[in-house]
Amino acid sequence: MLAFVIRRLLQALLVMLVVALIAFTLFRFVGDPINQMVGIETSVEDRARLREVLGLNDPLPVQFGRFVWNALHFDFGISYQFKTPVIDLIGERFPATMELALVSALLSLMLGIPLGVYTALNRRSWLSQLLLALSLFGISLPVFLIGILLIFAFAVSLGVLPAFGRGEVVRLGFWTTGLLTASGLRAIILPAITLGLFQMALIMRLVRAEMLEVLRTDYIKFARARGLTDRAVNFGHALKNTLVPVVTIAGLQFGSIIAFAIITETVFQWPGMGLLFLKAVQNADIPVMSAYLLLVAAIFVAINLVVDLLYVAIDPRIRLETRSG
Amino acid sequence: MDAPSQPVKPDARSQGRLAAFLDNDIVYSFLRSKVTVVAAAVTLVIVLAAFLSPFIAPHDPFDLRQVSLLDSHMPPAWAAEGDRRFLLGTDDQGRDVFSTILYGARISLIVGVLAVAFAAALGIVLGLTAGYVGGAVDSLIMRAADVQLTFPAILIALLIDGTVRALFGEGRNEEMVFWVLVVSIGLSSWVAYARTVRGSTLVEKNKDYVLAARLIGLHPAVILFRHVLPNVIGPVLVIATINLGIAIILEATLSFLGVGLPPTQPSLGTMISIGNKFLFSGEWWIAIFPGITLAVLVLAVNLLGDWLRDALNPKLR
Repeated sequence: MLAFVIRRLLQALLVMLVVALIAFTLFRFVGDPINQMVGIETSVEDRARLREVLGLNDPLPVQFGRFVWNALHFDFGISYQFKTPVIDLIGERFPATMELALVSALLSLMLGIPLGVYTALNRRSWLSQLLLALSLFGISLPVFLIGILLIFAFAVSLGVLPAFGRGEVVRLGFWTTGLLTASGLRAIILPAITLGLFQMALIMRLVRAEMLEVLRTDYIKFARARGLTDRAVNFGHALKNTLVPVVTIAGLQFGSIIAFAIITETVFQWPGMGLLFLKAVQNADIPVMSAYLLLVAAIFVAINLVVDLLYVAIDPRIRLETRSG
Repeated sequence: MDAPSQPVKPDARSQGRLAAFLDNDIVYSFLRSKVTVVAAAVTLVIVLAAFLSPFIAPHDPFDLRQVSLLDSHMPPAWAAEGDRRFLLGTDDQGRDVFSTILYGARISLIVGVLAVAFAAALGIVLGLTAGYVGGAVDSLIMRAADVQLTFPAILIALLIDGTVRALFGEGRNEEMVFWVLVVSIGLSSWVAYARTVRGSTLVEKNKDYVLAARLIGLHPAVILFRHVLPNVIGPVLVIATINLGIAIILEATLSFLGVGLPPTQPSLGTMISIGNKFLFSGEWWIAIFPGITLAVLVLAVNLLGDWLRDALNPKLR
């Protein structure tokens, strides 16, 4: 077990280093950092001096080391478009994205699991068929289209929910939250549904497939033969055994929720990191792009690591395999 | 009865061939699944309409002589202020929405197919190499795949696009934007092909026919592409069909986000992005009709992909 943990940690570290190398390459070679900082009238000597001061003439490994060191201290340089430190820009927008991602992840789990169980237990009912067909739509529709359709229905036609922004926010230390005000809560509904619909459909289909698989096994038949109630069999025995893959997928999907937030935030003008990243791509703002890349990579790698470790902790079969292998 | 047997023969033979065709497992499972038949028909209609757009579209949205700003913002023909010339209304530049959808679907399909072809080609070459050569090359390619698999495709495509933007600045022309789009979508999805092909190659490379080919001194590239490739291509086709829907969505998303095709060469995503600006003033038709087209196209392609996966999977037969 310990060897497995250490091996996974080393792997995660390696992935982060590779991503850091890509971010560094972007940062250092795509677009000249000096040109972005000074005006046209800066003399060649001044440019050379600035180059020396910033350490751009040092050997590349030294520069890379410094880049990683700075990144570890949350220093990602200055944004080309806003002329402010990148970390301040990201810090301002981080809570907005995380709140949106968490609410939609919760939404997709709380609806996806019960719907999956229902459709597995009542395979032939018309409601299950309808839900399955709808979930196919949820998987096929592009995120931005779902957002536009929701805006058209609930904001433009019915006029009941706001179509953009985050509403009023409350400041709690460094964190700003919209979940404590009425306008903030109203504002998060549409973006959260947009972002969560795909995951919900995915989780529902996954739970259904896993449940159907488990319901066929001998121990479920045996549990029924013992005369246990349907409730105990379905929820105590069957659902419990489907949760391992569901936890894995849900965990991994949290990463893609953060990535898909780029689209949702654009549709709803949600002031989060995704919108910042998109503006950076449109304006070739390399420091913001590489910082976002590093940050998202760190979140992804951390989630992957936790999921892998949880997997081993939850499922005894995997523990045995790793011990023997 | 007493009809001459000579003319009947070819007819009977072709009937036999038709029967044999219908008897095939895959054709059987296709015809048995009504949803799949409908999906195939829908896909076919959209593809045909898109590629015949120069002939069937009532207007040419790229011909400036036919486009007039006076016709802009017209609602669909059945609305009170609609114009019979424009079935689904017009956009902000006076382009006929129906015609633009046909041309836009063509661009979306071309970008999608090219991106899938690029991803498949890259994945096949890397997968074959990794599986056949093994060792350090294998680890390098597969670790790169692992790292990339951690990130969603949309993020990778956006990063590539942003990098090109920074490298070339405003020097990009429309044709380059098109190819950047194809390459960034392709680069973001090669991993699935590479993994599958590598797996099958590992199995194939120890078989006798590969040993025989090596024994007679064939070049590894010849062995790989002429002998191993045909044996590992099956799953690739399934992945390609499933990925086509994803590639079309990705193109639409990038265009919607403003980093894809420009408004002068509108794909379905670009049209939805234009229409999104006018949604609040009640001009819903500019965004909603291309949106429906996109959704139907992707749904149909996905259903076809699902069916193909199940039909070719011997476990489910």
